[in-house]
Amino acid sequence: MKKAIGNIFVGIIYFLLYLPLLVMVIFSFNEGRSTSVFKGFSGKWYVELFTNSSDIGIPVRNTLFLAVLAAVIATVIGTAAAVYIYYVRSKTWKNTLNTVTNIPMMNPDIVTGVSLMLLFVFVGRLVGALNSLNFFTLLIAHITFNIPYVILNVLPKLNQTDPHLSEAAQDLGSTPTEAFFRVVLPSIMSGVTSGFMMAFTLSLDDFVISYYTTGTDFQTLPLFVFNMVKKPVKPNIYALYSIIFLLVLAVLLFTNISGAKEKRKK
Amino acid sequence: MNEKNIIELKNITVRFDGETILDNLNLSIRDGEFVTLLGSSGCGKTTTLRIIAGFLEPDEGEVFFGDKNMNGVPAHKREVNTIFQRYALFPHYNVFDNVAYGLKVRHLPKAEIEERVRDMLRLVNLEGFAKRPVSKLSGGQQQRVAIARALVLKPKVLLLDEPLSALDAKLRKDMQVELRNIQQATGITFVFVTHDQEEALSMSDTVVVMNEGRVQQIGSPVDIYNEPENAFVADFIGESNILDGVMKADYKASFSGKTFQCVDSGFAPGEAVDIVVRPEDVDIVKPEDGMLRGIVTSVTFLGVHYEIIVDIGGFKWMIQTTDYAAVGDTVGLSIDPDAIHVMKKSKYSGLYGDYSTFSDEMEEMNQMSEELAEELSEELSDSGDKEE
Amino acid sequence: MKQRSLLQRIIGAPYVLWAAIFIVVPLFIVAYYSFTDPNGAPTLANIKNLGEYGPIFRDSILYSLAATVISLVLAYPFAYVMSRKREKTQQIMMVLVMLPMWMSLLILTYSWMNILERNGIINTLLSKIGAGPLTLIGTPGAVIFGMVYNYIPYMILPIYSVMAKIEPSVLEAAEDLGSGGLSKLYRVILPLSMPGVVSGITMVFVPSVSTFYISQKLGDGKILLVGDIIERQIQAQNNYNMGAALSLVLMVIIVLSMALMKLFAGDTDENLYV
Repeated sequence: MKKAIGNIFVGIIYFLLYLPLLVMVIFSFNEGRSTSVFKGFSGKWYVELFTNSSDIGIPVRNTLFLAVLAAVIATVIGTAAAVYIYYVRSKTWKNTLNTVTNIPMMNPDIVTGVSLMLLFVFVGRLVGALNSLNFFTLLIAHITFNIPYVILNVLPKLNQTDPHLSEAAQDLGSTPTEAFFRVVLPSIMSGVTSGFMMAFTLSLDDFVISYYTTGTDFQTLPLFVFNMVKKPVKPNIYALYSIIFLLVLAVLLFTNISGAKEKRKK
Repeated sequence: MNEKNIIELKNITVRFDGETILDNLNLSIRDGEFVTLLGSSGCGKTTTLRIIAGFLEPDEGEVFFGDKNMNGVPAHKREVNTIFQRYALFPHYNVFDNVAYGLKVRHLPKAEIEERVRDMLRLVNLEGFAKRPVSKLSGGQQQRVAIARALVLKPKVLLLDEPLSALDAKLRKDMQVELRNIQQATGITFVFVTHDQEEALSMSDTVVVMNEGRVQQIGSPVDIYNEPENAFVADFIGESNILDGVMKADYKASFSGKTFQCVDSGFAPGEAVDIVVRPEDVDIVKPEDGMLRGIVTSVTFLGVHYEIIVDIGGFKWMIQTTDYAAVGDTVGLSIDPDAIHVMKKSKYSGLYGDYSTFSDEMEEMNQMSEELAEELSEELSDSGDKEE
Repeated sequence: MKQRSLLQRIIGAPYVLWAAIFIVVPLFIVAYYSFTDPNGAPTLANIKNLGEYGPIFRDSILYSLAATVISLVLAYPFAYVMSRKREKTQQIMMVLVMLPMWMSLLILTYSWMNILERNGIINTLLSKIGAGPLTLIGTPGAVIFGMVYNYIPYMILPIYSVMAKIEPSVLEAAEDLGSGGLSKLYRVILPLSMPGVVSGITMVFVPSVSTFYISQKLGDGKILLVGDIIERQIQAQNNYNMGAALSLVLMVIIVLSMALMKLFAGDTDENLYV
């Protein structure tokens, strides 16, 4: 009896959680142009996505380009930072670094966005630039909020490895640099990869910080959607996000199943 | 073993966070020797090892390999190799690649690497395991890979940082024998770190007992056991009854209210000393035949012998004997002159006492519960007063 | 004790520099803008003007507190049910909770608009049976609902991850010692799951109190939150100084609420980010 109540409760929450996704998928097949009145079934919005006339093409490409670039740079800097923090011996300095790293994760996105924008505007005014916001300020903002998540993924991996790995390699004749690349980096690779993935998806999805830090010349998909929502949305956006939904579902299922398999092997 | 020093540490001091980890340490290690640094955690033994390996630079003092001053030479340029406590095997390599690592770094020809690794794997009985990932090995096998990885480079000195502590008791015994055999077969100098005194005594040519960043005693296992230099060493190595005593004259020591014949001399007449009597050197005799008389407070059967605690004037002696005595019996103790070892007073005098408890932790808990009991009884009497 | 190599020192330089310029300095810039006028002259005018936004701050805090409490009340039993399922079921349930987090919140919020608006899906269905239309959008309830919907996964996951770690033997021990049902929940499960609750609360409250598009879309422009006025000052009126002052207050609110959380929950120390 208790179990049944619990299951019904969980079911209701899931229903609400997925209701807007369901609506999204249904209306992506709408014959009409509305996203609330269903006129009939059609796949035309999906077809439109892949034709040149689509207005979504450029924002999609921009988003992917930005996310890859920001994630790569953040992964390099963040991994190096995690290694550095791991070896720092002074407690005060370590705590300072951890606190600063936490700031972008704890601050609301709007504050992160506004504070970075103000910095860019301030510097822009100092050097007398007409337009202080552009693709590069957006890239800097994305790298800034990505790095802490890379550190968050790499640092626990470092803590799990044998603390003497690097020393063992040096003991056998490797220079400290060689020891890092041949031994330490490979053993924290899974953390680096998941850090990269997290940074990449955060970048893909970010709206608020991008909203404040991008210039007029560079529009990402979330920005495009936000601007579009001001007027009635065309179902083609729903079609695009239905595809994204399927991709995410596939990735999540795949990683979870392979993760579970690995666990069982052990 | 020859008389040449292969490693020499001179006046080494290491401080960290205002704490002195090594305090003016001097140590010479001879070529071909099996040296063990023995002490409890925090005594500085691992720090000493890391200074020799080059992972740490001392704040003061000099490190010599032969005649060469090694201060400032990084680890990868030192001809010593280390076996780490948890082995530090490279998790992304298989057994072969782990062992071959040092040879590859030195860019040796492929054929030579192949041959030396095979030979080494044969030496440590891991012939069929070359392709195995190291995560698929048991603790003992990982240990062997670590040994092979270090020895394949033919180091002059092998440093071992508590390498056996992760193994179970029986495997540890086997590995002790095996390590000793490898050391004798190769003639490599071993510097072995452990907190296990039995391990230290059974394996080493020389034992260095350390505490609080200082060397307490250096000597052969027999010397260390029979002639401990101070109360710390006596308590740390084996079981011992440590008593306050006075040297009346040469060969005459007085403790527990009696004067005994002993074999030590050279103390000032009337000098206060620490007396050590090992539990196995005490015989239980009839009360009237004993030099000392006491009451048995506990008897534990340990298979080979009984461990009997005897209370003599409030001091609890531990005695290991094959003779049985019952709790509550009055017994006499007989001690031969050569079983009485006299030590100079040191800062450790009085820290190690009798056998009321076996561990410091238990002693602490006993004290706390005594205090608690006192408080309780006070409270009880307080409330009793009020009721009246 | 000197032992760190050159590499270990310089490897952190890029991040230290980056964090200083792009994390620490911007906070000071926000403060600088808050206390200057558009010409850069020092002024307290922005701070004084904050007073007129008092009701908006009050609404923002009230709405997000409501959203946080509702999320907690829904997420706690959800996480509990989830943590008692078979391991495989737990995994599937977790993926299903995480999936909407990976979708654009903009799109999901917009979809809710389609469902709730005046000629939206619910009202269309109602009109078919001759009822309605209902005013569902543009109410505080709709905004709070939007917050709960968007951020409840951030409440479920930390609570679940703490609950899943509670050893069954601990619960058995509680039963063995005479705790059943409610007592077990109150005396054992609740205290052990506190760290998850604490991080869940911050992870829902912080984005809720600073949101602007949820209130724009589901509030139908009738409900203004702090996020909205910051957005308006900066994007529409180009009044960076006022926008900065508002952001500063928002930061202070969040720092204070976190300090309050720590005070109540004790130092849990662990950050349970998902």
